[in-house]
Amino acid sequence: MLRLEHLCKRFGGVVATDDVTLEVAAGEVHALIGPNGAGKTTLIGQICGGLAPDHGDVFFENRKITKIPQHARIAAGLARSYQITSIFRSFSVLDNLALAVQARTGSSFSFWKPVAKEKMIFDEALSVLEEIGLQEKKNHLASTLAHGEQRALEVGLALATQPKLVLLDEPMAGMGPEESSRMIELISRVRSRAAVLLVEHDMDAVFRLADRISVLVDGRLITTDVPEKIKLNEEVRRAYLGDELAA
Amino acid sequence: MQATDQLFYVSFASRVMIYALAATSLNLVLGYGGMVSFGHAAFVGAGAYAASILMAEGVTSAWIAWPAAVAAAALLAWGIGAISLRTRGVYFIMITLAFAQMMFYLVNSMKAYGGDEGLSLPRRAEIGFGLDLGSEVVFYYAVLCILASMVFLLYRLINSRFGRVIVAIRENEARAEAIGLPVFRYQLACFVIAGAAGGLAGALLASHGKYVNPGVLHWAQSGTLMIMVILGGVGRLWGGVIGAAVLLCLEHLIADYPLGWLERLAPNYQQHGNLGVGLVLLAIVLFAPQGIAGLLSRRKAEAKRAPA
Repeated sequence: MLRLEHLCKRFGGVVATDDVTLEVAAGEVHALIGPNGAGKTTLIGQICGGLAPDHGDVFFENRKITKIPQHARIAAGLARSYQITSIFRSFSVLDNLALAVQARTGSSFSFWKPVAKEKMIFDEALSVLEEIGLQEKKNHLASTLAHGEQRALEVGLALATQPKLVLLDEPMAGMGPEESSRMIELISRVRSRAAVLLVEHDMDAVFRLADRISVLVDGRLITTDVPEKIKLNEEVRRAYLGDELAA
Repeated sequence: MQATDQLFYVSFASRVMIYALAATSLNLVLGYGGMVSFGHAAFVGAGAYAASILMAEGVTSAWIAWPAAVAAAALLAWGIGAISLRTRGVYFIMITLAFAQMMFYLVNSMKAYGGDEGLSLPRRAEIGFGLDLGSEVVFYYAVLCILASMVFLLYRLINSRFGRVIVAIRENEARAEAIGLPVFRYQLACFVIAGAAGGLAGALLASHGKYVNPGVLHWAQSGTLMIMVILGGVGRLWGGVIGAAVLLCLEHLIADYPLGWLERLAPNYQQHGNLGVGLVLLAIVLFAPQGIAGLLSRRKAEAKRAPA
C-alpha cells in the first residue's frame, strides 16, 4: 500500500532520514519506534507531504507521490495526526470534524449555500465524533477541551478524511492511562477500515496493536519485524528498548 | 439646515458608504482570510482608473464601466496574489505594499490620463432607467443598494463552504492543508474576490468625485483602509462599515467643528486631526481588540445573559 524507497533527508549537517526503505501493507498496523530525534516525525512529513525528501521516492498504492502536493496526497487517501496538537482552536469540536468531512466531499468553491445546511457533512462529522467519544463536547470550542480530548480530536480530524492509510504521530503523547486505553481501542477499531502507521513511545500500546514494527535509529531503519521478534532483537534492545525490556 | 448643507451630508454619506465597501472588501482578506494585505489601495485604484479611463474615452454607461472596473481589479489581484501568496508574514505585507506602490508610480506616469495631476471626469457614470446619478440623492441610493448587497454577499460567503475554509486557513494553515484543502488556491480566490470588490468601490469613488488621481493608490490609502478595518472589527461582518463611518466622521468632526477649549490649549490642533484619529485607534487596539463591532456584540451577549 505504502512504499518508501531509499528516502533521504538532511537538515544542514544532520541526517534526519538515512536511506529508508519501508513498506506498509494494506490492513496492517505498522508501528514505527525509535528514540527521540530518530527522525520519525520527519519521515511522516515526507510521506504525507509538507517535507520534500532530498532523494528517494514515496509510492502510495503503486503511484509515485513524491512530487505531488500535500492536499492531493490527502485526497488520494493518506491522512496524518500531529505529535503537537494541531486543531482549529476557535472552531467547535463538531465544526472541526465537519471541516475535514467537507474537505473530502467535493470542492469548497461554493460561495452562496450555507454550510450549516449541508446535513450530510454534519451527519458524517457526528459519526466521527461518536467514534472518538466526544459527543458531549460537540458544541464546545476546541480550545476549551482537556489535553486528552484535544488529542482525540486530533486523531478524529485525520479519520474524518476517511483515509486508506492513516499516519498517527504519537497519538497518546501526554495521555493518562485511561485515555490511552481508549485510544488503543479506537486504533484497533480503525484498522478494520484503514492501514495505520503508528509512531508511539508507549511500548504497551505498540506491542498490543502492531502487526509489524520498524525501528528507526539516527534516521536509519535498523529492522522491520513482527513484535515477538523485535522484543528479542539484540540490536533493537541495545539501541532503544534497553532497560525497559531487560528489566 | 440649509439645502446645500443637506446635499453636502448626502454626498458625505455616499463617500462613507463607498469607503465602507472598500474596507469591507479588505476585511474579507485581512479579517476572515488572515492575509495582511498592505496594498489594497491598488485594487481600489485599478477600479477607479479603469472606470475613469473608460469615461475619458467616451464610455459613459455604468453597466460597462463598473463591471470593467471589477474585472480590472480582479485581474490585478490575481496577478499580485499569485506571487505574493507564496510568501508569509512580514514578507507578504511588504510584497503587497511594493506591488501597490508600483501601481501608484505607474498611474503617476500615465500622462495621457492626467499623470500626477489626475483625471477630471465630465460627469458621473450613467445607469439608465431615467435615473441620474448626477443627483446626490440618486447616487446615495445607488451606493446604498450596492453596499447593502455586498454586505449580504459577504454574509453568505462567510457562512458558505468557501467561508469556512478561508477562516480555517487563517486559524491553522498547516492543518487545513493536512486535511486535504489546497490552501493556496483558496487564498488566491479570496484575494481576487476582495480585490474585485475593492475595484467596484474604486469605480464608485471616481464617479462620486468626478475626479481620480494617483493618490487613490498611495500606500497611505491602504493604511487608511486597514485602520478602518481595525477600528470597526477585524473579521466582523460590519467591521468595515463601522470603521469607515467612525473614521470619516471623526475626521470630519475634527476638521469642521472647532472646540473652543481645545483651540485655546492647542491653537493648531485641527491641522493635526490625525493625532485625534491615532488616539482613538490606540484606545481601540488596547481596550477593544475586536474593534467596535466586537464591543457591540459583547454588549449584546451580556445583555442577553443578564436577566437569567
